[in-house]
Amino acid sequence: MANEEAIKSELTGKFVFLADKIVIKRERRIFADVPQAHFREVFEHAAKKMDFVHLCIITGLDDGDNLLFIYHLSKMDGTTLNLKTTVPKSNPVIKTITDIFPGGVIYERELIDLLGAKVEGIPPGKRYPLPDNWPANQYPLRKDWNPSMLEGKDGRKEEVKNG
Amino acid sequence: MAKVTIPIGPQHPALKEPESFIVTLNGEKITNLDMRLGYNHRGIEKACEARTYVQDVYLIERVCGICSHSHSTCFVQAVEEIAGLQIPSRATYIRTLIAELERIHSHLLWLGVAGHEIGFDTLLMYTWRDREAVMDTFAALTGNRVNYGMNTIGGVRRDFTKEQLADVLKVIDICEERTKYYIEVCTQEPTVINRLSGVGYLSHEDAMRLGTIGPTGRASAVDKDVRRDDPYLAYKDLSFNVITDTHNDVFGRAVVRVLELMECYKMVREIIARMPDGPVTVKAPRKIPAGEAFSRYEAPRGEDTHFVKANGTDKPERVRVRAPTMANLQSVAKMLEDNNLADLPIAIAAIDPCFSCTDRMIGVKNAGGIKDTVRWDDLRNYSIKWYRQQGIDFTGLNKKMANRQE
Repeated sequence: MANEEAIKSELTGKFVFLADKIVIKRERRIFADVPQAHFREVFEHAAKKMDFVHLCIITGLDDGDNLLFIYHLSKMDGTTLNLKTTVPKSNPVIKTITDIFPGGVIYERELIDLLGAKVEGIPPGKRYPLPDNWPANQYPLRKDWNPSMLEGKDGRKEEVKNG
Repeated sequence: MAKVTIPIGPQHPALKEPESFIVTLNGEKITNLDMRLGYNHRGIEKACEARTYVQDVYLIERVCGICSHSHSTCFVQAVEEIAGLQIPSRATYIRTLIAELERIHSHLLWLGVAGHEIGFDTLLMYTWRDREAVMDTFAALTGNRVNYGMNTIGGVRRDFTKEQLADVLKVIDICEERTKYYIEVCTQEPTVINRLSGVGYLSHEDAMRLGTIGPTGRASAVDKDVRRDDPYLAYKDLSFNVITDTHNDVFGRAVVRVLELMECYKMVREIIARMPDGPVTVKAPRKIPAGEAFSRYEAPRGEDTHFVKANGTDKPERVRVRAPTMANLQSVAKMLEDNNLADLPIAIAAIDPCFSCTDRMIGVKNAGGIKDTVRWDDLRNYSIKWYRQQGIDFTGLNKKMANRQE
């Protein structure tokens, strides 16, 4: 676990506010809670200076009053750094990471469609994964959402009407 | 020359699953590719939250029809990590055996599809016949050809006898013989080499930048394989090589996959030779304590990742699935830049795409018993309107054709 400890001490050395926020869950699995205000600098440092060259995935969660995002980064040697950050549901704005990981655009689009995140600076493109006629302000992965909220707005019914 | 935009999909004979590629052409050359995905969303992540862990194992297994074992193993690994379960080593070896057999049938399937896409259907017939032997082995071992239902939380659901394992070795011997021949075909047959070389080029830098994974990445010299880098199951005990290639094109992707097959055969033999005795399950609690785990797995198409968050009940708080195709799709647009339109099917096929696993999310049932039949004319009008919205209008062309017929 020397490798993981070294990563932890590098991060806490560089960013003092991470002092008690980093947990080594097991070999090759490091989790860190990063305040939203400092997220970009920590993320950029990990990706560019610490060889976390691969973005595995971004997970979004409904965490009560907040939305929680976990950016799962990995090194070529298999060590993964899971950076967590929260934003309030009332203003769920995050900055895009596509300038560092262009392949991550599809994960960000999922956050927009399914959790209602607002991603600043995301390149223009088609939505993913919901249908084009999906009603506004319905975010299926939020805990208070259930399919009955769509009644009467079913995609297929719309098609018949449109035809 | 005037630019032409043509739609390929959502329904198109060249595609096996619904996805939409809007291709802009300059003559025969592709200048831009615009993708629209999501047609296969089935609400699996949301559905997992409403079901128990045991039910989820079966649901997750159905994310994909080809890498079903990959998804269920990736999921149970995460749950077992949260629950702190140590599964018996025999169960680990059985899981690994199924995993490698799955890779064999998946790579053989890919080779056949690739053959078909380049008009080499003999190769399709050959490889799929050999794949059939592996599928039959699955049926004999697990009772099923596709969704094997081997995993459960805490181990596996079936044990194998010595005779069954001996039969596996016989099939492996046949497949290995055949694969040697396919390696010859792929690396020496001039038609195949000329057809695949230079097609769907993806440089090492682009592959790294776009996060390309699996055999697609390894063919662009991205030396990444979760089995070696982040060992899970029994991979720590096995000796195998991670195959990489520097051709950066469809030819390289074919070479990586056929050579990987040889590694699979080696591994299956080693797994069977070293298979420990003992029980195949430990008792798992119905309620999983609060916690979270991030699980990775090298599926046949690349790294599969699952994130599971537990809240102390018998149902998960959140299950996040990322199938390999989702990570590789971003590189498809890059690969197709400046390629001929006719190369599109094989270039897309070369990432071995699986759109059903990429889209896993929302399924909406028509509530309230509304009749949801759609008449043919309605459907046709809808499609015309839909394509117009995408900027594709054939009205002018239709008029021209009608005039010509008169």
